[in-house]
Amino acid sequence: MFENFVVPNLLPAAPEIFLLCMACLILLVDLGVRSPRRSLTFLLTQITLAVSALLTLWYAYAELMPPAPGEPARVMLTFYNMFIADLLGSFLKALACFIVMASLAYSRRYLEERRSIPQGEYCVLTLFATLGMMVMISANHFLGLYLGVEILSLALCALTALQRDNAAASEAAMKYFVLGALASGMLLYGMSMIYGATGSLEIIEVAEQVRSMRKMQVDKTVLVFGLVFLVAGLAFKLGVVPFHMWIPDVYHGAPTSVTLLIAAAPKLAAFVMVIRLLVVGLIGLSADWQSMLMLLAVLSMGLGNLVAIAQRNIKRMLAWSAIAHMGFMLLGLASGVVRDGNRHVALEAYTASLFYMVTYVLATLAVFGLIMLLSRRGFESDELDDFKGLNQRSPWFAAMMLILMLSLAGIPFLVGFIAKFAVLESVVISGQYWLAVLAVLFSLVGAFFYLRVIWFMYFDAADANAAPIEASFADRTLLSVNSVLIAAIGIFPQFLLNACGYVLARSF
Amino acid sequence: MSSYPLLSLAIWIPVAAGFAVLATGADRNATLARRLALAGALLGFLVTLPLYAYFDVTSSAMQFEEIHAWIPHFSARYHLGVDGISLLFILLNSFVTLLVVLAGWRVIENRVAQYHAAFLIMSGLMNGIFSALDGLLFYVFFEASLIPLYLIIGVWGGPRRVYAAIKFFLYTLLGSLLFLVAILYLFIRSGSFVILDWHVLPLALHEQIWLFVAFLLAFAVKVPMFPLHTWLPDAHVEAPTGGSVVLAAIALKLGAYGFVRFSLPITPDAAHELAGLMIVLSLIAVLYIGLIALAQTDMKKLVAYSSISHMGFVTLGFFLFSAMSIEGALAQMISHGFVSAAMFLCIGVLYDRMHSRQIADYGGVAQTMPKFAALFVLFAMANAGLPATSGFVGEFMVILAAVESSFWIAAAAASTLIIGAAYTLWMVKRVIFGAVANDAVRALADINRREFFILALLALCVLGMGLYPQAFTKVMHVSVNDLLQHLVLKKY
Repeated sequence: MFENFVVPNLLPAAPEIFLLCMACLILLVDLGVRSPRRSLTFLLTQITLAVSALLTLWYAYAELMPPAPGEPARVMLTFYNMFIADLLGSFLKALACFIVMASLAYSRRYLEERRSIPQGEYCVLTLFATLGMMVMISANHFLGLYLGVEILSLALCALTALQRDNAAASEAAMKYFVLGALASGMLLYGMSMIYGATGSLEIIEVAEQVRSMRKMQVDKTVLVFGLVFLVAGLAFKLGVVPFHMWIPDVYHGAPTSVTLLIAAAPKLAAFVMVIRLLVVGLIGLSADWQSMLMLLAVLSMGLGNLVAIAQRNIKRMLAWSAIAHMGFMLLGLASGVVRDGNRHVALEAYTASLFYMVTYVLATLAVFGLIMLLSRRGFESDELDDFKGLNQRSPWFAAMMLILMLSLAGIPFLVGFIAKFAVLESVVISGQYWLAVLAVLFSLVGAFFYLRVIWFMYFDAADANAAPIEASFADRTLLSVNSVLIAAIGIFPQFLLNACGYVLARSF
Repeated sequence: MSSYPLLSLAIWIPVAAGFAVLATGADRNATLARRLALAGALLGFLVTLPLYAYFDVTSSAMQFEEIHAWIPHFSARYHLGVDGISLLFILLNSFVTLLVVLAGWRVIENRVAQYHAAFLIMSGLMNGIFSALDGLLFYVFFEASLIPLYLIIGVWGGPRRVYAAIKFFLYTLLGSLLFLVAILYLFIRSGSFVILDWHVLPLALHEQIWLFVAFLLAFAVKVPMFPLHTWLPDAHVEAPTGGSVVLAAIALKLGAYGFVRFSLPITPDAAHELAGLMIVLSLIAVLYIGLIALAQTDMKKLVAYSSISHMGFVTLGFFLFSAMSIEGALAQMISHGFVSAAMFLCIGVLYDRMHSRQIADYGGVAQTMPKFAALFVLFAMANAGLPATSGFVGEFMVILAAVESSFWIAAAAASTLIIGAAYTLWMVKRVIFGAVANDAVRALADINRREFFILALLALCVLGMGLYPQAFTKVMHVSVNDLLQHLVLKKY
């Protein structure tokens, strides 16, 4: 019965395979670790992530980069076309690994001070979440994609609930699980519809079928029906209005280290999922999904920015701001149009979105990292009032937060401005001026709550009995590098813009 | 001389000095911070002097140009250059920064390093605004310069500083965000971010009107023009003295500069079309805001309203479209830079001693502070537009140009000479002259050497410009004529 069995090329999936093996290994090793600090587990986890990232980069460099400049980059398919390795995927997989590494590094002291979180399991679950992201990024098949989504959400859900004595965290985990399941259901339902219409689960194959269906002018009702559910599922995963309800509760309820894990790297995976499903698979229906995305974008920017003003808890505020940011990012995807076979304009627009996503993740990483560095044992430092007089207590921390808030508000010379600018440019190119004006007006509303954080830090006096702030040299360095990166990319964005454009060019 | 990147130096020396000052850290190093700030400001001012010395007044082309690649993805370049219009503002800005650093020398005792750093960084960014010839670069400087001013008002300001700072920031951000959409539109129409290319870009009238409105929102907030002026009195009253000085002397000029760099040459037909509206708004600023100034009991608020009224003259001059009126408006901007800076510094001198800005708390200051009183009266006269002071030059030129265009505009504009004199001199009478009002005034000490030096420098500028305005107008002459060429040509 095995006469037709061919061993698939395992090399493109080497990073995932390595990560999986190491995750299982670390789970075993951790049983033998006696020290409550679990330094060995943490170290192994970090090494695993670093090696996976390097493997991804090495593979991209060795196999995917064009052999000579000017030639197109290559794409490798394996596991019977279920698995794709391309430059976009490799770039974001490596980036996701590095982001998770940084997240763990930021969380190290925070976790040490919270012994009720089992540290070994924390590391292993983080590795599984990363594995889920990588599988999502590399999927060229509806089922592969679904598999990745489930690995990611189950791991993150368990991470959220890991602190068993914390009622808020348990509630958050419950919400995350139930709403995540609902989203998965929608996604699956949409996929089944599209399978029914096209007869394939393979994304590239689906794209072919949709194209020929359009040529033959077959009725596309079933396709669009499926598309609606697909977009709803994606909107859940991205957290955009009206599928955003879980975001504020989960961001708020989860321990800050888990919030960071949820808020940063998975956004990259979700972005690739949108690219693979909508841009690669269903580009033939772009007119349909673009208007859906546009609606989601406007609603998210409006509601996210307005509700964020009312928040007194900074994690909740950042949750609503995340919703608004995802809306802004969708604007880029919604305004990419392929006109007369000219893909250049669309490429620009998707590049803007990818740039927005990458820089937003960088900023989010630093903000939650900073919140964790400010917290102490039994003190979360997640209320806005905790930032009062920060400039007095630690000018350095205040300056870093200043950079981050201004970047998120989109003020130049910081990277948030360039990201917003790039997206706005693609919106204006597509001729939707009212959308651009709406976007900038919502950014103005958004500027208020970022400015309020600055006002608390700089204009208000600190509590007399506020705890002194101390952070280790390594933590300070990490945060400084992260913030300086945000300023530096803001001044010299060309490299990252080029990179984003380059990796996207071959992927749709 | 033009081989040196003078403009880059004028931008980045203050910024670098600002970060160096920040690095001195806590207030125990305050002396070092102050000295470093002074050195940075002085150096920043010195590098702008060759700009004036080597400026070719016979050419309307951009001079001291620097072009480097910046973000090829957006075809945005690091493109700097000055013409006769922008040159003087760079000098003014660097000069005022020097004064502000000196003025804050003993007054600011709290977070000294951050205070001086904010001013230096802002100074560099403002030089960037005046010298940027790339639309995106201009915008980046334009918006980035909000941050230091926001912090200055919010950290070192008065009791309602938070409200004033947020209002200032959101008001100006609203204008500049729509401006961003406008420059994106221009970029897509022309394929480049070069402002000079936009000057010759053909645009249909309806496009021009939309662009003009977007520009107007950005610049009218900054100038500020009636009815978008309400943030200014709040910001001025709450800001520390240095903040008020920079706000009045430089930040307001950014809006007016935007009109000559963007609105007039890029959308000339829309400017002609909407000139009536602009003239009416300007005259409302001149007359109505002048009357409001008359009713103020707070000296800083009075000078703030007088600033709005004077800036009304500037916008009036721009929209009369003659060489005389535009040069007059530019001269008025420079003069207002000197005079308003001096007025706010004088009020600062009084406030440092009495901790009150209420006119009612003063009276007979001349008896106890004779040196100060002499200088204050001189600046007040300049504010009222007395001949032989700088205040006269611009107002006279604009009124003269207005007479050529319409008697009624000229009559309305000229009434500012009466209203301006009324509110300024009435304040002087109540504060400086008369009997000594109370024991606090009796105990006042006259200005010290540092304060005298600052005010005397400004007095020299005010008198110098009043007596020999050619030093200023000769620089702008050719560039203004070039601007008029752009204005008469139809673009569609």
